[in-house]
Amino acid sequence: MNKSLKILLNGIIKENPIFVLLLGMCPTLATTSSAINGMSMGLATMFVLICSNAVISLLKNVIPDMVRIPAFIVVIATFVTIIEMMMNAYVPALADSLGIFIPLIVVNCIVLGRAESFASKNGVLSSIFDGVGIGLGFTLALSLLGASRELLGTGKIFSLKIYPEQYGSLIFVLAPGAFIVLGYLIALFNRLQQKKA
Amino acid sequence: MFLSLSLICLTVSLLLSQVNRMTATPIAEAKAMKLQNAIREVVPAFDNDPVAEAYRMADGSGDSLLVYPAKQGGELVGFALNSYSNNGFSGNIQIMVGFDMEHRIVNYSVLQHAETPGLGSKMTEWFRDLTKPEQSVIGRDLSKGALTVTKDGGDVDAITASTITSRAFLEAVNKAYAVYSGSMENTWSGATTATENETEETTKEGGPSNE
Repeated sequence: MNKSLKILLNGIIKENPIFVLLLGMCPTLATTSSAINGMSMGLATMFVLICSNAVISLLKNVIPDMVRIPAFIVVIATFVTIIEMMMNAYVPALADSLGIFIPLIVVNCIVLGRAESFASKNGVLSSIFDGVGIGLGFTLALSLLGASRELLGTGKIFSLKIYPEQYGSLIFVLAPGAFIVLGYLIALFNRLQQKKA
Repeated sequence: MFLSLSLICLTVSLLLSQVNRMTATPIAEAKAMKLQNAIREVVPAFDNDPVAEAYRMADGSGDSLLVYPAKQGGELVGFALNSYSNNGFSGNIQIMVGFDMEHRIVNYSVLQHAETPGLGSKMTEWFRDLTKPEQSVIGRDLSKGALTVTKDGGDVDAITASTITSRAFLEAVNKAYAVYSGSMENTWSGATTATENETEETTKEGGPSNE
């Protein structure tokens, strides 16, 4: 249990995919224009991570080394397609707002990276915990980024009004704002990490 | 090596076909629902099924749009038109715009667009803000002439910092009106009947954005 907790925290803090590893920047910057978008993107990625980690660690002895990358991609693409169909069927509005970035989870380097560096070397249970940890880290980071941008840009968080919209600065909702907020959040995260060490 | 990869692919395809079968109906329902809601929003109250009675109608310049007639008790009360423009700031814009029988715009709904969030994306509300008649298009009578933005000598205030989007939006509205006036003439000579599968096209993606 202690080990599982360690794997979990590893994904959220020590190897946070956004703030520490700086992986998967494309969906991070593009989908976080609001808190809800960021969070749903994170959750979708987390679902794919957990499932693909579990399946790949189960298959790790069956998959020959030479074709492991195609095999991983096929497994990941399957889960991405499943979640895409599910979202189109049950939450069409959300699927519309995330658009092309859902299918693009396939090429998200976090998912393939965890498959290669963790799931293909560890047991099923640890791999699932790793998926949960990394997924949570990704979701938290994306929600935080989305919430900050939404608050600074439109004065709302999760569409709840905090202050009137005209005092917001539009740039934070646009692309440059994504870079600015991400930069400050990484700086803040590093500062907190240093203090702990 | 080949065997294991083939086996993986085979299992995966089986799984996906199952999920596809499970979600096909809800996806179709969600799409139909979206279309229904958009129509309901833009025309006066009706009791027929505009989607079933939809037909395609040329706009006089080599293009055609889908027209959804709205009827109350068998009497035509308005038309919803699925119009578009390819001149948005980020490409294709799809709108549903509704007219009553007196050439006036009842309401509109933006179905799909890729305009800049916070700027061009404001068009979903901007042109129907009834508290600001100089920017709203609701209730405007298009038989008096096409709508243009003030910058082009018209009388519709463009979205702040999004003139291109505003122009594209009005272009789509004017295109819809061109088809609508054709439809109006046709109602007296018996309109063509519809095929339902044509609605498929309205949900077509505008292609991936290059963000």
